[in-house]
Formats: sequence, structure tokens, C-alpha cells
Amino acid sequence: MDDLRIIERTSNMNDIKISAKGVQVFYGDTHAIKDVDVEIADKTVTAFIGPSGCGKSTFLRCLNRMNDTIDICRVEGSIAIDGQDIYDKRVDPVQLRAKVGMVFQKPNPFPKSIYDNVAYGPKIHGLARTKADLDEIVEASLRRAALWNEVKDRLQAPGTGLSGGQQQRLCIARAVATAPEVLLMDEPCSALDPIATAQVEELIDELRQQFSVVIVTHSMQQAARVSQKTAFFHLGNLVEFNDTDQIFTNPQDPRTESYITGRIG
Amino acid sequence: MHTSWLLIVLVVLAGISFYLGRSRAMQSAGGDMRQLHSLPNFYGWNVALASLVPAVVIFALWQAVQPNIINRSVVSMVTTEELTGGALNLVMSDVRRIANGLDAAISRGVMSASEARDLSVGDASIRQQLSAVGTVVGAEVSDNVLLAAQRYRAMTATGSLMQTALVLIVAVAGALYGLRQTNRDFRARVSVETVVRAVLIFAATVAIMTTVGIAFSLIFNTIKFFNLHPASDFLFGTTWNPLFRGGSSLGILPLLWGTFYISIIALLVAVPIGLFSAIYLAEYASPAARSIIKPALEVLAGIPTIVYGLFALLTVGPLLVSAFGPNGFLGLGWMRGGSAVITAGLVMGVMLIPFVSSLSDDIINAVPQSMRDGSYGLGATKSETVRMVVLPAALPGIAGAVLLAASRAIGETMIVVLGAGAAARLSLNPFEAMTTVTAKIVAQLTGDNDFNSPEALVAFALGTTLFVITLILNVAALYIVRRYREQYE
Ligand SMILES: Nc1ncnc2c1ncn2[C@@H]1O[C@H](COP(=O)(O)OP(=O)(O)O)[C@@H](O)[C@H]1O
Ligand SMILES: [Mg+2]
Repeated sequence: MDDLRIIERTSNMNDIKISAKGVQVFYGDTHAIKDVDVEIADKTVTAFIGPSGCGKSTFLRCLNRMNDTIDICRVEGSIAIDGQDIYDKRVDPVQLRAKVGMVFQKPNPFPKSIYDNVAYGPKIHGLARTKADLDEIVEASLRRAALWNEVKDRLQAPGTGLSGGQQQRLCIARAVATAPEVLLMDEPCSALDPIATAQVEELIDELRQQFSVVIVTHSMQQAARVSQKTAFFHLGNLVEFNDTDQIFTNPQDPRTESYITGRIG
Repeated sequence: MHTSWLLIVLVVLAGISFYLGRSRAMQSAGGDMRQLHSLPNFYGWNVALASLVPAVVIFALWQAVQPNIINRSVVSMVTTEELTGGALNLVMSDVRRIANGLDAAISRGVMSASEARDLSVGDASIRQQLSAVGTVVGAEVSDNVLLAAQRYRAMTATGSLMQTALVLIVAVAGALYGLRQTNRDFRARVSVETVVRAVLIFAATVAIMTTVGIAFSLIFNTIKFFNLHPASDFLFGTTWNPLFRGGSSLGILPLLWGTFYISIIALLVAVPIGLFSAIYLAEYASPAARSIIKPALEVLAGIPTIVYGLFALLTVGPLLVSAFGPNGFLGLGWMRGGSAVITAGLVMGVMLIPFVSSLSDDIINAVPQSMRDGSYGLGATKSETVRMVVLPAALPGIAGAVLLAASRAIGETMIVVLGAGAAARLSLNPFEAMTTVTAKIVAQLTGDNDFNSPEALVAFALGTTLFVITLILNVAALYIVRRYREQYE
């Protein structure tokens, strides 16, 4: 019995969810991402770290094709999720984004009620057949985002009226509600106070049970706390990608070492 | 001619003061700018303003007061006959006209200065002499009036001389005072700052006082109207029928109805088209398309409304008649003439399209990009994002824009005059001619009505009504727009 569980766990760790090969990104003439190869495992938290402007957000936004909404942005190379190339012509980016949820740096709840914020994704994708279904999805998502107990009595209150940390958890609930397989988070705690940050970090650890989570962070402590894998970006290059423990205790590349000891900022 | 010379001299004096102040400051610092409290130019400005500002203020005050004083002293010369109110005004304007005519005669060399001074009614015909220089005087000139005119001339001349002298003295004294202040430790920068602030406050006050003045003149004349005409007829009367002989029915209801009917048609045209084009511009258009369409819409907004009026009269009206008229290709016979509510409403709608679209475009652009990103990130398409996130977020602002457009529609005149006809009518048929409050204000004031009759004064009552309605609309719109802006601060 025990043996079986161990086997299952290791196999999960080794399941490759996203595989990127030779990715190049250009903003007009700016070469923002240079030939990046990376493999992101399922049911793991992968952290992207690196100095500001090194292309972490840009690479993250390639994973759900959010860069398509920027006119001057051009992406080359291949990115596959579950073996399916997401830049293939047959893939509908809109459908893809329901499968790859995203949480942004600044909490951005819609100016609607808490309920409608969470119900937004299920409604546009037709995930609920009845009102009861929808209620259920909303409740489950809010529970998963550890927000249910705080808001269950005021679901019709505007989402913009919550505190910053609650708003960010609402955005996580909103992303979770479309039943994604991957969750992308771009510095999700940078606009939050330490207590709210701790809550969100705890949440990320729980989300790992169901999703593959990719988180961009400028805080090395945060990367060390929440992630199992860490990728270090510098000037558009992926310098080093390894287990988080390895990166922080025994970095292979001198640039990684300089960064984690605070010599490149 | 005379006053403009005086002003030019003042400016020249200020220029000289600037130069003197600057060089005196430099001298006191031994030619080293770093020794000065302020930059050298500030010392120059300080002296120049010390010379210019008091002189200009005194000039303006004198200019305002002098005619009053002269009038008062001249009036006593002509009031021997029993003259009151309007008649007295007429005589006084004759006096001023003759005085100006004499001035003109002298400057053209028709008369010499001494001839003008000694002129009496006995001398040839004054009317002829004056009309030779382009001054037309009403009745045969009486002794009194001529004397008064000559007195008026004399006083004006001395007055101007004194004004010039005083203003120049003040300017020079101001410059000297400013120069005495100037030394290296004087804080010229601070004192210039004070003057700048005073000038700005003055400008703001002028703007506000003008508005207040307009409001008061409207209110007083409206009260005058209600003293001559029953308010109940004006406010609740359903017929508008001004008569020359008096006894008119002056009910505002048909006019208000026409105003609202035309405005509503205009908004039905302008709001959907303007809003949709704003959405296209803000959300869909490529930067290249945007850089062409946006200026094009702004050009449309700059077309004078009289041109739209012509468009209504010559193009839209006939076009509609050819469709809905008795011999129209639809064979409906609904429309008798080109002037109709629908004509004016359609054209006014076209006029308002750029207004609605540019306001809505600003408001849609003010919706933070993070809202759209959030929606795209959940797998929404562009139109879902616009419909379910951007528009609801922008709705209060768009409502404000629509109210502002409505208040423009209500105040619009030329399109109505040319497009809707002049008949005041309470009817539901949009193919009939109707008219609006603004058009009737023009009609009542440009007719031959005596200015003190209720038929003319009603224009002020109409104006007040319009003012109140548009004021309420504008305040409501601004309130809504501002609340909406705060939401995203
Ligand atoms: N929308 C954009 N348009 C043009 N250049 C961009 C845009 N977004 C990012 N960049 C450029 O791409 C590079 C990487 O940016 P980004 O991915 O935001 O860095 P990070 O998230 O690591 O701070 C930077 O040089 C930035 O200037
Ligand atoms: Mg970033």
C-alpha cells in the first residue's frame, strides 16, 4: 500500500505538463526572451526568479498566449501542454486561457459582486447547467481560495470593496472556477501586506494538489518557501533551472550565485 | 487711437523698467549672478510689474468711471423739458452722437476745433454737416442738446488728458519704487510670484462674475416678464401665439415638447452610433486606423452647426420627403414638407455623434487595462470582455456623456431653425414641423417687438427655463462622471 503511494507520487513529479523548446520573444525590435527551454512538471509549484526586466512576466504570458493581446509582440519556438502545441493554428487561444488560468500582480477584481466575479468564467464557458450548479462552483472555488468563510454572508457585495489580500484570493477563486489545469501567477503577493502574503502562500501550497502552478516572484524567500522547482532568468536567458533546494544551496552558474547572494539586483 | 497710444507707452515704460531693474540688480551684486537672491530676470519683472500693474488698474478704473460722471453732469443740461426714462436715454444718445460727430468732423478737417467749440444752432444746418462725416442725428437739433454735446466733448477731452497724465505719473512712480527696492538681497522671485497669483485669481474671478452676471440679467428680465404676463399661462399654456397688439398666448409647453422630441430623436441616432464607434476605436481599431478615424471624427465635431442646418434644409429634408412624402417612393404620404421633427432630429444626431464618441472613447480608455487582462486571462473573447467587463465598468461615465449630449441637443438652435420649421405644435407625429425653445428665443428677439413688451421679454423667460434645464443636466452629468473617475483612482 505504502509502496504504491510512493510510486504514484514520484510518477506525478515526473509528469511533464508544459514543455517549452527554443522560445524566443520579441517586442518590436526588443529581444525579450532568448532561446529558452524549460519543462514544467504537473502538480508542482515552479518559481521564476530574476532581476526586474529579465523577461519573467513575458515568458509566463507565453504559456497562456496572453502575449497575443499585445500587437507588437512576436513569439517563436514551441510550447506544448500535455504534448499539444499551444501555438498551433488549430488551438483557440481563448479556449486555452480557460485551461491555463492566470492571476495578476495587482488584484484586479471586476467591478461586479463577489459572486459574479467568480461566476464570470463558468458563465462564459457554459460550465454550469443550472443556477444550483453555478452556486456550487462558486462556493467550491471560494473555499479552495480560502475565502469562503470571510465572504459567504456578502456574496452580492462588490468585489472591489474587499481588502487587498481578499481581492487577490478572489482573483485566485475566479481563476480556479474555470477548472484550469495550470495556474500562472505573476508576482501575486507584491501588492499585499505580510499577513495577506502568508495566506496566499499557504493557498498556493494547497493548490499544488490539483494544478501545476507557475509563479513569478521577485522575493527569493518566497520562491524558497512555496516552490519545488526554480528557474532563474537573466537578461532574457534561462540561466539555471533545477530543484529549489539545489538552486538556493548549490547554484551551478556564477550568475545565479551572484543573484541569490544579492550581488545582481 | 488715443487710448491705444497710452497703452503702448505703458508697455514701453514697462520694458525700460525691466531693463533698468535687471541691470540695477546685477550692479548691486557686482556683476556676479550668484550673489543675487533671485535670477536677474525676476528683478526686471518685479520693476516692470511695479510700473505696469498700478498704472493699468488706474487706467481701467478711470475708463469705467469717467463716462458716468460726465453723463451725470450733462444730463442736468437737457432735463429742462419733462423727459423721463426711455426718452431721456434717446436724447442722451443724441448728445453723445453729436459729440462724436464733431470729433469726427474735426479730425477729417471739415471743421476747425474752434469752429466746433463755437458752433450754435443758428449756423447752417448741423445735421448736414454731421451727416457729411457719417453721423446721423434724429430730430432737428435743439439748443440745449447742442450745448450739452459741446460740454460733453470738452469734459471728455479734459478727462482723457487728466487720465493720461495720472496714468503716466503712476507708471513712472511705480518704476522708481520698484527700482528703489532692488538690491541683491531683495526677494524679487517671491514678489513676482505674488503678482502672478493675483493675475490668475483675477482671470478666474472674471470668468465666474460673467456667469453670475448672465444669470442675474436673465432672472431680472424674467421677473419683469412675469409682471406683464401671467406666469400660469407661460408655464402651463398649451398654445404659443404671440401677437403684435398684445393679448398673446405664450405657453411654453409646445416649445418644450418640440425641444424634447427633437432631442430624443437626436439621442436615438447619436448614442448607439457614437458609442459603437467609440468601442471600435478604443478596443478594436489598430493604432493606424485609430490615428485616422479619431481626427476625422474631431473634424466632424468642428463643423459649425449652421452647416448642419443647411444639410438638413437642402439634403435630408428633401430626401425624407422623397421617401415619406405624398409622392414618395414609399407611397405613404406622411410628410408634407421637408421641415419636420425627424429632419432636425436626424441631423442633430449626426452632429452629436463625434461628441458622444469622443467622450465615450475617453471613458472606455480610462477603464484600466488590468480589467481586460483579467477577463482575457479567464478565456473571454474580445466582445465578451467589452460587453461584460468594460461597458459595465464604463457605464456611469457613458451615462454622464449622454446627459452632456442631451444638454447640447436642447441648446441647439440653427439646425432647428432650418430643419424643423417654426410652428409651435403639440403633436406626436415626427413628420410634422415643430419648433423649440431656442428657435423661439431668436424669433422673439429679432422681430419688430418693442423691447419692453411681454412678447420680447418672454425670450428671457424661455432663456431662464433653458438655462435651468441644461444646468441640471450638466451638473448631473459632471457628478456622475466624477464619481466614476474616483472609482479607479
Ligand atoms: N508590452 C511591452 N511592450 C514592449 N516591451 C515590453 C513589453 N512588456 C515587456 N517589455 C520588455 O520586455 C522585457 C522583459 O519584460 P518583463 O517580462 O515584464 O520583465 P520582468 O517581468 O522580468 O520584470 C523588458 O525589457 C521590457 O521592457
Ligand atoms: Mg514582471
